[in-house]
Amino acid sequence: MSSLSGETAGGVGARRTRPAGRRREFNGRTALTMLAFLAPAFVFVLVFTYYPLLVGGQMAFRQWSLWDLTSTPFIGWGNFQTLMADPAFTRVMWNSVIWVVGSLVPQFIIGFLIALALRKKFRFRGLYQAVVFYPWAVSGFLIGILFRWMFNSEFGVVNDLLMRFGIVEAPVPWLADPDLALVAVIVANVWYGVTFFSIMILAALQSVPDELYEAAALDGAGRARMLFQITIPTIRTTLVLTVLLRVIWIFNFPDIIYAMTGGGPADQTQIATTWMIKFTQQGEYGLASALGFITMGVLVVFTGLYLALLTREKKS
Amino acid sequence: MINRDPKWLTGLRILGLGVWMIITLFPLYWILLTSLKPANQIAEYPVRYWPREFSLENYASLFNKSQFGSYLLNSIVVSAAAGVVGTAIALLSAYVLSRFTFRGKGAVMLAFLVTQMIPAFIALGPLYQMFTNLGLVDSRFGLVLIYIAMTIPFSSIMLRGFFDNVPDSLEEAAMVDGCSRFGALWRVIVPVMTPGIIATFIFNFVNCWNELFLAVTLINTDSHKTIPTALNGFISSFNIEWGPMSAAAVLTILPTMVLFAFASRWIVAGLTQGATKG
Repeated sequence: MSSLSGETAGGVGARRTRPAGRRREFNGRTALTMLAFLAPAFVFVLVFTYYPLLVGGQMAFRQWSLWDLTSTPFIGWGNFQTLMADPAFTRVMWNSVIWVVGSLVPQFIIGFLIALALRKKFRFRGLYQAVVFYPWAVSGFLIGILFRWMFNSEFGVVNDLLMRFGIVEAPVPWLADPDLALVAVIVANVWYGVTFFSIMILAALQSVPDELYEAAALDGAGRARMLFQITIPTIRTTLVLTVLLRVIWIFNFPDIIYAMTGGGPADQTQIATTWMIKFTQQGEYGLASALGFITMGVLVVFTGLYLALLTREKKS
Repeated sequence: MINRDPKWLTGLRILGLGVWMIITLFPLYWILLTSLKPANQIAEYPVRYWPREFSLENYASLFNKSQFGSYLLNSIVVSAAAGVVGTAIALLSAYVLSRFTFRGKGAVMLAFLVTQMIPAFIALGPLYQMFTNLGLVDSRFGLVLIYIAMTIPFSSIMLRGFFDNVPDSLEEAAMVDGCSRFGALWRVIVPVMTPGIIATFIFNFVNCWNELFLAVTLINTDSHKTIPTALNGFISSFNIEWGPMSAAAVLTILPTMVLFAFASRWIVAGLTQGATKG
C-alpha cells in the first residue's frame, strides 16, 4: 500500500501546473485551514487539561479545603513537609515500588509467552484474540470489584479453589490480612495487564522477517538461541518502550487497589495514587497536588535513568 | 512461514493458550454466575460452580432499589455524545498531523502525549473550582465537555495512524476537481476511513463509559450519576450487596465487551500504527 501511495502521489503532483510538494503548498490559505482544523482540539485540551494542571501546580503550595474555596493561603513548602513528616509516607512509597515491580515482571513474562504462542496463524486465532483480550474493555475499577468478590474471605471462590486442591486448609482472609492484601491486589493487576503486553509484543513479533529464522535454522541454531539472538534483539525497541510506558502507567493506576481495599488495611496497600484519592476525598487538594508532583518527579527521574542506562549499554 | 515445530511444542502452545483462556474468562463467568444466583444462594460455602437454579431477582432488585435505569441512560448519552464530538474534533487535528509538516508539529504531538501521563488527581481540584464558577458542577453537559477533552489527544494519535495509510492522491484529486479541503476530507477520505473512525469512536466510548474519578468529583445528584459513579456509591457503603452488585457489573461490562470485540482488530492496528510513528 505504501509503495502505491508514493507512485500515485508523484503522478498527481507531476501533472499539476504549479510544482506541488507539501512545503510549497504552504500558503496563507492552507495555513488558515490548518489552524481552523487544529483549533477545537487545542481549545479543549488547553482549557480542560493544561489550565487545571497549571492551577494544580499552584495548589501544591497553598492550603486548600473543599469546604472553603475562597481562602487558600500560600504556605510555601508546607504541604511537602506535611507529607514527608507523615509516618505513612515511607510505607506508601515502598508499596508503590512493590506494586510496580510485582505487577510488571509477571505481566511481561506471561504476555511475552502468549504473544509467542499466538505468533503462528491457526484457525480461530482472531476469535481467540477477541475473546482473551476482553479485559481491555473493562475499567480497572470494575476489575477491582470482580476480584474483591473472588477474594472475599467468607464465600470467595479463590479460597474455595485453594481448599479443594488442598493448598490451604482454612479460608484465608486475603483482603483483611495486612501481609496478604498486597499480594491479592497484585494478582488482580497481573491478570489485568497481561493483555496489553501480548498485544504490543505480538504486533512487534509480526515485524520480524521469517528469513532470519530460516537462516538461523540452516546454521543449526536451536529454539532458545533463536529467541535470545534473533527475536529479542529485533523487537528490543518495542520491549524497552512498552516496559517504560507500563512502569509509568502502573505507578499512576489506583483503580484496582481503590476498589479492592481502598488502600487498607492500615495503609498496607496504599500506593501514591490511592493516597492522592484519599486526600482529594478529604478535600485536601493541596496535599494531593503536592503528592502528585512528588510522584511525577519520581517518574521523570526514573525515565531519565532508564533511558540513560539503555543508551550507555547500547554504546558499549 | 517455517513450520517445523516438534509435536510437544505445539501441544505445549495449545495447552498454554487454553489455560490462559480459562484464567481470563473465569472472573467474567464468576460475576455472571453470581448475578444469576438467587439471593439466598449467593453466600453459600463451599461455593457452587453451577447453581441449583437461575434467577433474575438480582437484576430486578438492582432496578427497583436504585435508579439504575437512569444511570444506564446517563452513561449511554454522555459516552456517545463525548465519543462522537471527540472523534470528530480529533479527526480534524489528526488530518493536519498526518498531512502537513510544519514548525511546532513535534510540540503538538508532545503536548498530546504528555496529557496521558498527568496524574488526574492534580487537576481534579482546579476542575472542580472551575466548574463551580461556570455553574457546571453536577451537570451532565459539563461531564461531556471534560470527556471530549479527555478523548482528543489519544484519538488524534490513533486516527493519524489511519490517515497515514490513505494515499494523499485521493484528496488531491478531489481538490483538483474543485472540492475545498474540508469537502475533500468529508466526501472522499471519511468514507475510505470508516473502519478506523468507528474503531476510534468505540475506543472513546468505552473510555468514557469506564471513567470514574472525574464523574465522582463532579456529579452529586443521584439521577445525574453515570454507572461507575453509582457503583462507587455501592462499594463505599459498608455492606456490599453482592447480588445486585454483580448484576450491575455484568450490565456494565457486557455492552463494552461486545463493542470492543467487534472493533478490536482495527483498534489494535490504529494504536500500534499511531504509537510507533510518533
